[in-house]
Amino acid sequence: MDPGAPLRCVRDDVADGATARQIAMIAAFFERLNETQGLNFSVFYDAFDRSRFLTGLWTTSYICVVAILASLLLGLLGVWVAGSGSRLGRLLVRAYVQFFRNTPPLVQLSFFYFAVGGLLPTVSDGFGGQSPLVSGTGWAIIALSLFAGAFNVEIFRAGIEAVPSTTVEAAESLGYTRLQLYIHVVLPLAFRICLPALNNNLVNLVKTTTLAYAIGVPELLYAASQIWSESFNVREMMNVLLVTYVLLVAVLVFVMGRWERAMRIPGYST
Amino acid sequence: MSAGATDLPVLLPYRAPAPIAPSGLAAPVLLGGGTFAAFAILFGASLALAQVTARPAGEGATTVLLRWAPLIFQGFLFNILISFLSMALGTLIGVLVGIAQVSLVAPLRKTAWGLTQFFRNAPWLVLLFYAMFLLPFEFRVFGLTIAFPAWVKAIIGLALPVAANVSEIVRGGVRSIPSGQWESAEALAFTRRQTMWMIILPQAFKRMIPPWMNLYAILTMATTLISVVGIQDGLTITRAALVAESRPELMIPMYTLLLLMFFAYCYPIARATMALERRFNVKA
Repeated sequence: MDPGAPLRCVRDDVADGATARQIAMIAAFFERLNETQGLNFSVFYDAFDRSRFLTGLWTTSYICVVAILASLLLGLLGVWVAGSGSRLGRLLVRAYVQFFRNTPPLVQLSFFYFAVGGLLPTVSDGFGGQSPLVSGTGWAIIALSLFAGAFNVEIFRAGIEAVPSTTVEAAESLGYTRLQLYIHVVLPLAFRICLPALNNNLVNLVKTTTLAYAIGVPELLYAASQIWSESFNVREMMNVLLVTYVLLVAVLVFVMGRWERAMRIPGYST
Repeated sequence: MSAGATDLPVLLPYRAPAPIAPSGLAAPVLLGGGTFAAFAILFGASLALAQVTARPAGEGATTVLLRWAPLIFQGFLFNILISFLSMALGTLIGVLVGIAQVSLVAPLRKTAWGLTQFFRNAPWLVLLFYAMFLLPFEFRVFGLTIAFPAWVKAIIGLALPVAANVSEIVRGGVRSIPSGQWESAEALAFTRRQTMWMIILPQAFKRMIPPWMNLYAILTMATTLISVVGIQDGLTITRAALVAESRPELMIPMYTLLLLMFFAYCYPIARATMALERRFNVKA
């Protein structure tokens, strides 16, 4: 053990104590608010409600992160297949994009969860019961990734097309091969061009995760509805929920905005 | 020195490069038809499979489907009706908020901006819950009781995010008009109101139509959310039909049927939006 360890433990304890005191203070404040004003923000003082809400928040964040990564991959894969010159591949990608863009995400989710999920075999869960091969959360991630991925294909394609043809020609005349051209010239520019649209789509994806409620995934909206049906505080929970989602989106927008600024090429405006 | 002996790229024979990005794909109408056909085939195949694997005692899958199809279609029409009404209400509010967003009065502009951002960034389903649970089920005005049924509340709940998006569209449309237009109008002694109504909005209007149509398509697809809050729409009826028949092999055909209905309605709108966008877009 390094000599600094005990000291750090002490400091951690102090910090923990301070945080615990703060949490207790917040809890006391909201409990008073409930008694005096009748505003029942149970998530802030009731440990059970809080843990349910935080579990919901965790599930929503988990679905968001996995679905964002998967949809980005799908988008890249789609644009790669569409650009690879195979006629069949191109048609398949176009059909995929058009279908997922023009049908309701909720019906897609129901289709996957009830229709496709119902056909898959169940596996033994080790306790003598049977559990489905893909859980509700899994289907939510699959359906949302496919939905957002369809939009991402279009966004990446538009970005690649928006790279000025003169830039491409200049690179060609300098003797770049097709692969080099993509890696060093087209993709870096295209990526910067499509960041704003991508940003929009990812925000949309975060908002669409609420649909998982419909198939009983214990995400934020589901947790909130459980809390308000037991604590009878629909109005308060609604507002907490709205603010939480706006904050979630704000975090994403902030991160993407920082990234966009960091990626900016000085003097090159899109 | 022969051409093959050099490694200088400029001296190598020129080969026309493959096209950089997929462009000029199959004709759009053909593509839409193709997608539709592909899913119709999937639908047919799953139906045939259901027909074959049906229990010997039960009726054929097609019979069951035909019995329910009119009802599902009615539910789908209800979705369309809801989408019309929410769009009308949302557009009305959204245009007002959008004009407030470009007003010169700072508090008005900032309030409108805040409202727009808030409702644009909140999930549609949460806003729908908000409207469903927090609006009263009836109003009392001067002893007169006005009932406020669930579907009216759903329309309001869907109109909230629509209004915020329309507001953004209006703001973007007005902002997209070059400032030279404002300045020349000022030089010609137009007042601000005259400039807005006679010069800016007529030009901006054209540019607002494609995103507005796009929003309508998004709204139409979002109307299925009302099934979550317990209103009978196409999705609810599909689900109820499946529960009533309790035939798992019918699930894929039934859901595909509903998906096809929405696709047949939304795809032409998307196509028209893109066509309009191309027409109004003046390439630099």
